[in-house]
Amino acid sequence: MTTHPNDRSADRAGAAIDVQDLHKYFGDNEVLKGIDFHVGQGQVVCVIGPSGSGKSTLLRCVNMLETPTSGRIFVEGDEITDPDADVDKLRARIGMVFQQFNLFPHMTVMRNLTIAQVKVKGRSKDEAVEVARANLAKVGLAEKESAYPAHLSGGQSQRVAIARALSMSPDMMLFDEPTSALDPELVGDVLAVMKDLASEGMTMMVVTHEMGFAREVGDNLVFMDDGVIVEEGDPREVLADPRHERTQSFLSKVL
Amino acid sequence: MASPRQRAARWRYVQYAVLVAVLLAIAFIADWEQIQRAFWNWELVKEQFPDVITIALKNTIIYTACGFSFGLVLGLVLALMRLSSVGPYRWIATGIIELFRGLPALVVFIALSVGFNLAFPRYEIPFGNLGVVTLALGLVGGAYMAETIRAGIQAVPKGQMEAARSLGMSHSRAMISVVVPQAFRIILPPLTNELILLTKDSSLVYILGLSLSGYELTKFGREGMNSSSNLTPIIVIGLCYLLITVPLSIVVRRMESRAERAR
Repeated sequence: MTTHPNDRSADRAGAAIDVQDLHKYFGDNEVLKGIDFHVGQGQVVCVIGPSGSGKSTLLRCVNMLETPTSGRIFVEGDEITDPDADVDKLRARIGMVFQQFNLFPHMTVMRNLTIAQVKVKGRSKDEAVEVARANLAKVGLAEKESAYPAHLSGGQSQRVAIARALSMSPDMMLFDEPTSALDPELVGDVLAVMKDLASEGMTMMVVTHEMGFAREVGDNLVFMDDGVIVEEGDPREVLADPRHERTQSFLSKVL
Repeated sequence: MASPRQRAARWRYVQYAVLVAVLLAIAFIADWEQIQRAFWNWELVKEQFPDVITIALKNTIIYTACGFSFGLVLGLVLALMRLSSVGPYRWIATGIIELFRGLPALVVFIALSVGFNLAFPRYEIPFGNLGVVTLALGLVGGAYMAETIRAGIQAVPKGQMEAARSLGMSHSRAMISVVVPQAFRIILPPLTNELILLTKDSSLVYILGLSLSGYELTKFGREGMNSSSNLTPIIVIGLCYLLITVPLSIVVRRMESRAERAR
């Protein structure tokens, strides 16, 4: 465990996600080289960077899908990296949306949305169905509750995946390149749902290549390269006037 | 010079000619009356009923169903042990799998029926012969199915487990609700294969020395053949085996195509 100065955690009091001196190795390969950053309550933070920069690994560390090699991560003040932490319980408060949707193919949309509510949150079947219907309506797919995932388009699948995460009534949402596996014409629907969420005040951490979304919705933009945060700040400023050379060269390629 | 296509056509004619020649030879050489007397004697066929159904077919199905059910549970447990992060569980499971996969089913039957009494004279395998059959078929089938189930579990995309965990499910809850159901869908065809193999392996129960009420198909057929010096009873029980296995294949093919549609 690394030590962390008290002054820094003080001004981060109340942060939704607080990452402190995070290191992650895969074998001998260090993919995160000391990450320090936080997401405030209700903030939307977008993480961009070239592939292999460690941005997805960082996101996956936040809900412990990857175990950090060292460093600490706090979720609303609770340390999820604490070996004694009840990770399952903390995860239930963190919604996650994957690039590949990862809907459960052997269950209907409705059951995808209710199973964890019932088995993890202990909600009654009726209550779970009610919550699920509300969230399906929110993503515009109320009529799909008895469909199987195989019969959904990519954009519909991802919106169902968002509704599934929301049905757990999470305090925050993590998005891991949510539109990267979609056909271009389907990206808009998913981004629209995410914008709605942001405007409702949901705390969001979004790994993305959608610079337009970052500019429009993001409160903070983080540019990562080679396992470190190179630059962060207001998305409009960073995108318009990147200070760091590596940010400039990356943005010149993607914009 | 013949073109490649002409050569291919000529070669195909040769193959047809050989087939026809062989069929004609069989038809002329064979003594059909003799064959019918030896293989399909109507009198003997009638004699087989109804016992071949009410005793033999019924017992084969009971033995197989019990052995398969136990084997499936055992296979699932062994597969999960093989995937465990606890070393000793993995080693024990690997040992059991290698042992019972490597031994002929007949040896397992003998070991259980004779060996168990010698090793634990004060205990008895419950449910008598049915218990022994269930254990023996289950051990052999379970050892095979364990590896199939393990492969099925590993074939489920990693994202499924991650999605389940990210919703707050524990590892075991995610296994039970998300991963294992999908694994079974993947391994339905090889599991059917195993069920068909066990149906045939159930004939080894003869080693236990059963009375008529415990006869399964093969034993029943052999007794019938010995008393009549005729192959008809064997043909009858052969058809009974097909009566089990062919519908089974059809049902599974249906299930597969239904699962395919939901995919």
